[in-house]
Amino acid sequence: MADPAGFAEQAMPFMSALYAAALRMTRNPSDAEDLVQETFLRAYRGFEGFHEGTNLKAWLYKILTNTFINQYRAKKRRPDQVDLDDVEDFYIFRRLGGLEAAEATRTPEAEVMEGIPDSEVKEALESIPEQFRMAVILADVEGFSYKEIAEILDVPIGTVMSRIHRGRRALQKKLWDYAERNNLRPRVESATGG
Amino acid sequence: MDCEHAHLRVYEYLDGELTVWKRRAITRHLDDCPPCAHGFTFEIDLRRVIVSKCAEDVPAELKARIAIALGIVEADEPVPE
Repeated sequence: MADPAGFAEQAMPFMSALYAAALRMTRNPSDAEDLVQETFLRAYRGFEGFHEGTNLKAWLYKILTNTFINQYRAKKRRPDQVDLDDVEDFYIFRRLGGLEAAEATRTPEAEVMEGIPDSEVKEALESIPEQFRMAVILADVEGFSYKEIAEILDVPIGTVMSRIHRGRRALQKKLWDYAERNNLRPRVESATGG
Repeated sequence: MDCEHAHLRVYEYLDGELTVWKRRAITRHLDDCPPCAHGFTFEIDLRRVIVSKCAEDVPAELKARIAIALGIVEADEPVPE
């Protein structure tokens, strides 16, 4: 059983990650602030039920996602449809790909992605369907394992894998669409110029 | 292990969710296949780009609200950093 007096000290360091996740989930700063505050209050009240030595970060994310699902899902503003039938793995890489970059610390394709403004990347992530989005945030942004995500979202591991997979494909499609619309291309030095 | 099989496992590989043996088989393929290695590296790079571009600063006002709500500080005290 955890000691409530230690709650703030242990939980506060996770606030910024929780806030970023809350923003991507709610897509609205004031909802995100309320969601994070509610998460901290619920966690504080329930902290005696937290088993010291187990994963506090995962426990906080479980409270965050449950609170989000119960309180904010009803406020959904945008439809959650995306057609992924023609989106394969390595979606962006196949379109940009095959560039020589043996010496580069970062692939030239990734340099193209660097050229997408932060706000567009956030919007791309926020635009993917909610179930997929939550799985992608937990896996890619927060680095949770499939097993931890399964526990946080209370779904089987196979479902987690499928949601992460579909979410990543949807995200890649959005980012590629932006790159293409704005004619972002790798800078390639070649004998023919260009 | 061929390219197609390596691609099927790209995410599990990058997520560290494969058994040691499957992981080794893919690593061997990547050692022998520069195009696949390049593609896998791009996926890692892309994730780093997304993470760095999605970072957020917590508004000071929210930190203060939570500190007050948890009783760490009184409402009229300055919030410690």
